[in-house]
Amino acid sequence: MKNHILPAILLTLCCVVFFGGIYTLAIWTVAQVTPNHGEGETLAYGDNRYSFERVGQAFNRDNYFWSRPSAVNYNAAGSAGSNKGPSNPDYLAQVQARIDTFLIHNPAVKKEQIPAELVTASGSGLDPHLSPAAAKVQVARIAHVRKLDEQKLIALIDAYTEAPALGILGPETINVLKLNIALDALER
Amino acid sequence: MNTEIISVILILLLTFLLAIPLGKYIARVYAGDKTMLDPIFGPVEKLLYRICRIDATREMTWEEHLVALLTINIVWFAYGILILMNQGWLPLNPDDNPSMTPDLAFNTSISFVTNTNLQHYSGESGVSYLGQLTLMLYQFISAGAGMAMAAILFHALRERSSSTLGNFYNYFLKSCTRILLPISFIVAVILVFNGTPMTFEGKDTITSLQGDTVQVSRGPAAALIAIKQVGTNGGGFFSANSAHPLENPNFITNMVETISIPLISIALIFALGYYLNRKKLAWMIFGVMTGGFLLSLLPTLYFEMHGNPSLTTMGIDQSAGSMEGKEVRFGSAASALWAILTTCTSNGSVNAMHDSLTPLSGMFTMLGMQINAFYGGKGVGLLNFYIFIIIAVFMSGLMVGRTPEFLGKKIEVREMKIAMIVFLLHPLLILAGTAMSSYLLYLHPEYGWLNNPGFHGFSEMLYEYTSSSANNGSGFEGLGDNTPWWNISCGIIMLLARYIPIIGPIAIAGILAEKKYIPENAGTLKADTGTFGVMTFAVIAILVALSFFTALALGPIAEYFSMV
Repeated sequence: MKNHILPAILLTLCCVVFFGGIYTLAIWTVAQVTPNHGEGETLAYGDNRYSFERVGQAFNRDNYFWSRPSAVNYNAAGSAGSNKGPSNPDYLAQVQARIDTFLIHNPAVKKEQIPAELVTASGSGLDPHLSPAAAKVQVARIAHVRKLDEQKLIALIDAYTEAPALGILGPETINVLKLNIALDALER
Repeated sequence: MNTEIISVILILLLTFLLAIPLGKYIARVYAGDKTMLDPIFGPVEKLLYRICRIDATREMTWEEHLVALLTINIVWFAYGILILMNQGWLPLNPDDNPSMTPDLAFNTSISFVTNTNLQHYSGESGVSYLGQLTLMLYQFISAGAGMAMAAILFHALRERSSSTLGNFYNYFLKSCTRILLPISFIVAVILVFNGTPMTFEGKDTITSLQGDTVQVSRGPAAALIAIKQVGTNGGGFFSANSAHPLENPNFITNMVETISIPLISIALIFALGYYLNRKKLAWMIFGVMTGGFLLSLLPTLYFEMHGNPSLTTMGIDQSAGSMEGKEVRFGSAASALWAILTTCTSNGSVNAMHDSLTPLSGMFTMLGMQINAFYGGKGVGLLNFYIFIIIAVFMSGLMVGRTPEFLGKKIEVREMKIAMIVFLLHPLLILAGTAMSSYLLYLHPEYGWLNNPGFHGFSEMLYEYTSSSANNGSGFEGLGDNTPWWNISCGIIMLLARYIPIIGPIAIAGILAEKKYIPENAGTLKADTGTFGVMTFAVIAILVALSFFTALALGPIAEYFSMV
């Protein structure tokens, strides 16, 4: 063992420099040529405010498309899922309460139209997306609150629906933040 | 056909197609043949050897390999503790995250040195950027150490009769520089161009459209995320791992990260075939592993895409599958694929929360770790499979009444004893750990570390020890595991479960390599046939079922039947 101690210590220090240092700096350098300089893509909206395009936000007011429930209330400095088991009675009661709340705020919607994602918490607690179905089920409410034509909202949803990657891979998504920014712009 | 299923099939096809040429390349690296990257890394390695006073051509016996491995691992463990317990005041800490407590630093340091990446801390608030980069370093070198062990096994299987098996430092450093580094670099570049942060800036404060003030964590994430996928490490930058929208921004990055999970583990199988010039043997191993993998994947896809039966009875639309703990941009199919790959391969990263999987999917993730040889971790997956081969050879020998032989070497009492100790250790650690924790909780219900009651609560504890003993690192994360009991018990299990399953197979391979070579004759058991593949699969299935069925029946199976 004795003649392995010194090489072990020296090799560890070399690895600290090579993998911890040089590799990291190489990736950092590459990141500088990306449009956002490796700091995360941002999206600006009124009054010089901005936010991160890919980090979901809490939307729970009736005049916006709601985002999904979040176990951490969209705290982007502490991501987490609910980690509730599928048979946990407290959890099932919580989902039932979310369904009831949704039906109160969306009287035109029938229970079997509510997509599961609108009453279940996402894995990160920061899910920025909805499926088209989950956006469309909210159209009647928003049209009523904002006094807009439903067809106009459906067209907006279609315009903001992102196709599966390369057209064939994975689900269709809608970025809720972008959709809601566009919704505000629609009124003006 | 639906776009989620197409993506699952395409991901698997791409993985297999990439693994074959990569395996050929890895075989060349370990054999010391010329490769494309020689002009870049040849001089770097030479320089490092000179600084470290290492003669990388000096041949070592199997015992010396293990001594070299354990010595350098002790150095890593000490260095990790030192950084993690002092990160609070060391540089690169813009968010002012605190230093770790001793028990948490003990657990975390072991966790990363053993390639487990069990995380009892939260990425955003529990480590500084220096801490993250140190853990990232371990993601390279712990994976490299595991691959070096596989290279020693390759070498031992090739030898007709030899007591020396190459040089540990040579295999270790080449695994890191020639294999892990280039692939991680490619993955990291793809990530930064898709919006994953790579910055030394601290948290940013934004105002949401509704007017809430929110802090957003960032950091040098892309570099770490690449190697945590490629090196079957799994320890994420952010707490939510690859479910986090910055850690895994879109479906394309999800595909790249998914492919990265098993890529090298599968490539190593083909590398073995090229290295020994026994391609049929590689295809036999690949066939058994892929068969086992698909048998876990298909039911998991079914259950996740059909949703939680309890929510179905509430009458909502579950056509997208079980969405609790999942992200809309991945959907339930790609999340199920990830869950099975990450547990089969000892990776342990997640893109959906396993605690919220439907009961039987949760069982298949546990089974993947309990078998731990369907692809398996970097290098160690093959070592685990080697143990199963030895047991299968021995049992076949008993069945037909011949002396058991594998690749021209007689398998005798000593090797069988080692193989059985290695096999039995895994169920012993998992079941004893779960039993002790269950009893402790029964004595002290006030500890309250479970996030879910009943059968699922038992599954949370079973999963944690399964993950520790498989050096996997994923979790039923509802478990409140940052307590001295969990930190220390999981730490000890990770240690035993890393080194004994490395020492055992390397010892067997080393002992066999020293034995006289017996040329093939009419009575030789042919290891590279479908029949032997089926035999090996049966041995794995029977041994694992006997070891774990009762525990699984108390957890996920009981939960399943309570819900239907």
